[in-house]
Amino acid sequence: MSRIDDIITQFQTVTANPKAAVEQYKKETGKGAVGILYLYGPEEIVHAAGCLPVGMWGGNKTISDARAHLVPFTCSIMQSVMELECQGTYDILDAVLISVPCDTLKSMSQIWKGKAPPITFVHPQNRNLAAANEFLVEEYGFVKRRLEEILGENIPDEAIERSIDIYNENRKAMREFCEITADYPGIIDPVKRHAVIKARFFMEKSKHTALVKQLIAEIRKQPMTPWNGKKIILTGIMAEPLGLLEIFRNNGFAIVADDLAQESRQFRHDVPAGRTPLHRLARWWQELEGCPLAMDPGKARGQMLIDLASRYEADGVVVCMMKFCDPEEFDYPIYYPQLKKAGIKNTTIEIDLEEKSFEQARTRIQTFAEVIH
Amino acid sequence: MNMEQASSKELLAYWQAHLDERARSHKKEGKLVCWSAALAPTEMFIAMDIAMVFPETHSAGIGARKGALDMLEVTNRDGYSIDICSYARVNLGYMRLLKEYARTGEKAEALAKSPAADVPLPDLILTSNNICNTLLKWYENLAVELDIPCITIDAPYIHDMPVPEYSKKYIVKQLDHAIQQLEGITGRPFDYDRFLAAQEQTQRSVKQWQRVASFLNYKPSPINGFDFFNYMALMVIGRGEEFAEIALRKFADELEENAKNGKFAFGDNERSRVVWEGIAVWPHLSHTFKSLKNQGSLMTGSTYPGMWNFEYTPGDLMSMAESYAKIYVNMCLDARAQELTAVAKNGRCDGMLFHMNRSCKIMSLLNLQTAEIVSKTLGIPYATFDGDQTDPNNFSPAQFDTRVQSLSEMIAKK
Repeated sequence: MSRIDDIITQFQTVTANPKAAVEQYKKETGKGAVGILYLYGPEEIVHAAGCLPVGMWGGNKTISDARAHLVPFTCSIMQSVMELECQGTYDILDAVLISVPCDTLKSMSQIWKGKAPPITFVHPQNRNLAAANEFLVEEYGFVKRRLEEILGENIPDEAIERSIDIYNENRKAMREFCEITADYPGIIDPVKRHAVIKARFFMEKSKHTALVKQLIAEIRKQPMTPWNGKKIILTGIMAEPLGLLEIFRNNGFAIVADDLAQESRQFRHDVPAGRTPLHRLARWWQELEGCPLAMDPGKARGQMLIDLASRYEADGVVVCMMKFCDPEEFDYPIYYPQLKKAGIKNTTIEIDLEEKSFEQARTRIQTFAEVIH
Repeated sequence: MNMEQASSKELLAYWQAHLDERARSHKKEGKLVCWSAALAPTEMFIAMDIAMVFPETHSAGIGARKGALDMLEVTNRDGYSIDICSYARVNLGYMRLLKEYARTGEKAEALAKSPAADVPLPDLILTSNNICNTLLKWYENLAVELDIPCITIDAPYIHDMPVPEYSKKYIVKQLDHAIQQLEGITGRPFDYDRFLAAQEQTQRSVKQWQRVASFLNYKPSPINGFDFFNYMALMVIGRGEEFAEIALRKFADELEENAKNGKFAFGDNERSRVVWEGIAVWPHLSHTFKSLKNQGSLMTGSTYPGMWNFEYTPGDLMSMAESYAKIYVNMCLDARAQELTAVAKNGRCDGMLFHMNRSCKIMSLLNLQTAEIVSKTLGIPYATFDGDQTDPNNFSPAQFDTRVQSLSEMIAKK
């Protein structure tokens, strides 16, 4: 096994069994783990407490118990998360942070079924104002105090500053990894790319960074070979289950960049400088661009996708539309005509975490391969 | 029109038409027209003589007049998912047709034959997520489609009661910012005297609105809760102006008179009283009303109209901010359950009917949990039905009838 394969396998082992990764962290450090329910949370505060921040993005499970608690038009990922809540999957966590940037998450925050105590907080939406920063500093202060109570740990500012540095270094490494993936699509296919990125949610970030850097160094040693397949950009909340990425791989697609909430939106910009660590973390949310969960009356997303496509000479954009996610659905009619006008081919696949067969997506992706040929 | 002699129903119709006319004349005269979310703070806009149009009320009207499908078809063509709020889709469809009309001078057939109230395109928009974050996404799209300024009042979700001081301060600073934006847009200094007057007027309108709600406590009831939904339009469009107070006072006076004379909503046939939780099914309003009436079930409780109970101290922006944040659906489950319990008690309700509204996640996702809490607290049964506020395709009359019947049976057994 090559060194590259060996490193990829380490990432895949983590993503295939997050529970084992969390248990191992707890055993090794004697510290706890805190869930970040979906999208964005001030992970650095959790990290500063010595705990493992754990991303909660559902799983490829059949929905059964969740049906008793949710209406059928709840988005697919929250149905999946609720199913895991009911099954006790998240009971390994010591606390859970829940942000509420959409109507579904507001409701989900009120019906948490896991054993770990939930801490709900709000990301402000009038994001350009200084007052939004002040508000979010207060909310993060509330989160920090609740965490301190639950974990029995004091979380000093200096520790959060250190964690911000560790996270920014990870963000930088991830951006570099995504760049190199675009240069070496023959080595890092869509399935492997996803594993490297997703493992961030279950590994202590400095360890993750170190391994990503090793991977980058190993890839750089390889010769760059021309890519004869198709180059695409993914946009949406996430591109799971894994079966979908396998279809991309098997049909000769390379993901040269992404605009996914689970992937690049997490790390495409750093936590900026600022007065206190909480002010800095709050600014990160204010500077987040192109995510439908963060209000933007200027609707920058379409132009961002056009710029990405041009920068990476992509053959097309694949919209990964989370089933019943209205924030994503509202963006589509705005950016679709923009992509069309810019001559960027695109197609839409539905993201349903419950899906097992992917017949519809396979047909769509194969047809798209012909369209962009 | 003789305002003194007119009935409240006539006043309601008159003012709705008058406000649309006012918006049209504003447009003609080059004065500003603003489209606004139904629970956003309009007092600042009244102060600056900006004509307000309310897309939610406008879409509900289109739905009730059976005109929704034409607008929904336009948004389908534009790529809007059918899972999106139908108020938003109807409005974005209407906006698209108006925009095309403004660009080409030719009215599309769907617009020409639409029963929609004739309102002009906005020069600016005002939104707030004190109802839902859907209103942020919807207004983002209006802003970019029409290339106009969007004024936003972000009312953070109240995950823990009471509303924190810092949350109120954040809202106050947004009100200050909105005032600056309005000065920039209008090119005039902000009129603080008229702003205060609009706040004082809002308090007088709210008093009359609460007076109307108090008749839901009468048993038998002189008021049918569906009328409560209809008159709610006055609180949306005019709570900061005198006409809402006048029309609502007239309505309350009529109800008082009816109660005195033994003139009740269902005559002698009021067999049970129910809560209606959620927005009305506007395209099928008459069916839902008749189906309940067939069972002798009068609707005497709903949290929806109560959202317009904006009680605050005029001149005190912190108190105004709190009032605009503390909207039923913007609060944690416990607070919601308490509010619904109070509504059911005030209406002396025997059962509850929950609208699982395909268009409205914020009003549907916690229905089951709220129902369980209130049902246990008050010992009354509940039923749910599937529907939609303005998309006529998401409602089955037969299912509704069955659910209403089974609720009546549960009530009768008690």
